[in-house]
Amino acid sequence: MHLLYQIFVDPFVQMGAAPDLFAQTLWDGLVAGVLYALIALGFVLIFKASGVFNFAQGIMVVFAALTLVGLHEHGVPAFLALGLTIVVMFVLAFSVERLMLRPLVNQSDVILFMATFGLTYILIGLGQLIFGGNPKVMITNELYLPSGELRFKGLGGFVSFQKIDIAAVIIASLMVAVLAVFFQRTRIGRALRAVADSHQAALSVGISLEQIWVIVWFAAGVVALTTGIMWGARSEVSFSLQIIALKALPVLILGGLTSIPGAIVGGLIIGVGEKLGEFYWGPLLGGGIETWFAYVIALGFLVFRPQGLFGEKIIERI
Amino acid sequence: MLYREVGQYKTSYAADMAVFPILQDRIGIGVILLVAFVVIPLIGNDFLLQAVMIPFLIFSLAAIGLNLLTGYTGLLSLGTGAFMGVGAYACLKLTTYFPQVNIVIWIIASGFFSAAVGVLFGLPSLRIKGFYLAVATLAAQFFLEWCFIRIPWLYNYAISGAIEVPKRTLAGIPLTGPTATATTRYLVVLSIVVLMTWVASNLVHGRIGRMWMAVRDMDLAAELIGIRLLRAKLLAFAVSSFYCGVAGAMIVFLWYGGAEANVFAIDQSFLILFMVIIGGLGTLMGSFFGAALIYILPIVLRMVPEAFGLPLYPATVEHLQFLILGALIIVFLVVEPSGLARLWQIGKQKLRVWPFPY
Repeated sequence: MHLLYQIFVDPFVQMGAAPDLFAQTLWDGLVAGVLYALIALGFVLIFKASGVFNFAQGIMVVFAALTLVGLHEHGVPAFLALGLTIVVMFVLAFSVERLMLRPLVNQSDVILFMATFGLTYILIGLGQLIFGGNPKVMITNELYLPSGELRFKGLGGFVSFQKIDIAAVIIASLMVAVLAVFFQRTRIGRALRAVADSHQAALSVGISLEQIWVIVWFAAGVVALTTGIMWGARSEVSFSLQIIALKALPVLILGGLTSIPGAIVGGLIIGVGEKLGEFYWGPLLGGGIETWFAYVIALGFLVFRPQGLFGEKIIERI
Repeated sequence: MLYREVGQYKTSYAADMAVFPILQDRIGIGVILLVAFVVIPLIGNDFLLQAVMIPFLIFSLAAIGLNLLTGYTGLLSLGTGAFMGVGAYACLKLTTYFPQVNIVIWIIASGFFSAAVGVLFGLPSLRIKGFYLAVATLAAQFFLEWCFIRIPWLYNYAISGAIEVPKRTLAGIPLTGPTATATTRYLVVLSIVVLMTWVASNLVHGRIGRMWMAVRDMDLAAELIGIRLLRAKLLAFAVSSFYCGVAGAMIVFLWYGGAEANVFAIDQSFLILFMVIIGGLGTLMGSFFGAALIYILPIVLRMVPEAFGLPLYPATVEHLQFLILGALIIVFLVVEPSGLARLWQIGKQKLRVWPFPY
């Protein structure tokens, strides 16, 4: 009885008693959710266009951020470094397509998945070799990103918003909007959607798969760079950041592997659910439940919708 | 020349369907077993036994376990590390409560606990497929890992939070704990692995194996020809987790002699998956090849710069190791996506028709 009270009543009583704390937790969850959504977005882009479940997205985030900071450390002006990093991501996309995807075309999903593991190792090794394994500080000021916090009085206390978090939300929203326009309105965007629908049909109307793959990997690289800047600004740029890729996986299956709106909604659900769960229900279980709570949420959704919330309906034929 | 089956006639269906239909293969496997059981313990030093052979055999067993699930039944799982952990912790609890029972029995029996947990987390596989299932099994990985850290009862309230392996004997000879020699442990590991490989081979060549493969190739069609998917998939999860559980118990009890929860972290799951893929999906032989390559490759890579006297910092070597390992994985996948087992088959075929090309 007491346990039931602790699970089903007490957390809500706490939420009611301290609305400012609740609002703060909710905001933290939303920001985390936006960042998860950004990583998931990188996954979805690649999965849609090439059917590759790209495990390397997490390390691409780290690699992009490291390149940016590393270049700046060597005296390159911040915005030039940003441009150069984008060039590096393009080179990466190009070489991935040439050396990995093209020889492996038409292999089963699991083989391609494994290949992205190989890519993960390569990027870890390369990143450490070039930039060293030490954590670095993101060049927030040089990129004119705001810092500090805004405090609002209300709800019976204070709610504070980090400015960088607000910036992250705005930039992420902008990015999604740009991607949406790109997908819906441009010629390349249409080609991308055609490839996502059917590789063979796209080939038969003259769309170059190779070109499309370079473009999506490049787009995923740019998304990774944005994510890297945002995460880096909130904590620091280090290789431990790559585990956030594992955080993005439940987001991905919750939203559906092929859906961009799914990635966003999934990210927000997971981010908020995780923070609220950790804050209000975590102490019951002894804390640290963040690592698996997201997966359990996602699993719960999956049992009812096996293709995720927004995923394409899986039609099976004999 | 030597590898010809000319003149070896098969007079019965059983002979034709044998696992090793060719005499030379049977001789070969006999020689391998002889070397493994007799020659290596006699000539091998502690380094070879402790740092190469024991882990290689244990990882092979875990890879066989995952291969039964991923290679034979087509269910992608990333929770291998956690299922191995269940075996290790179950074994510790069993031998704590019943110290008089032989440890080898408990190592095998701990597989049943792991199998039960595997079935529980295998339940979603009925509705979820492909990568969705892979991520769902990650839930098992993270949840169980959390349990290993947060539930002190599991590690007997040890202050270090690690499994401390008690001393147990087999027929009066110490088998676990600090006094056990590498040779004893090696022989026990080898016996268990050989036995369980034999069981696995019989499973996959029989009715159950065909059932699994039918599910792998197309589960809808398999259901239509009368295979009960629920049973087939859960059985695959159970058997696979059983193998992983035994491997996990052996890692702690017969190799490390004490371990923390991070031994069973997600990296371990990925490592085993590598072994299965590089070795070859759906082949038992491949599991051994994969384990050998993925486990022994880093050891070799570490030794190469020393052997050539290259002046490299240890940190640089480690980074290069990552780089080379990653590149090699991609190269292997490009060269032979069906794995090393396929290369082995091609090699045998070439030997058979040698000196003619075909």
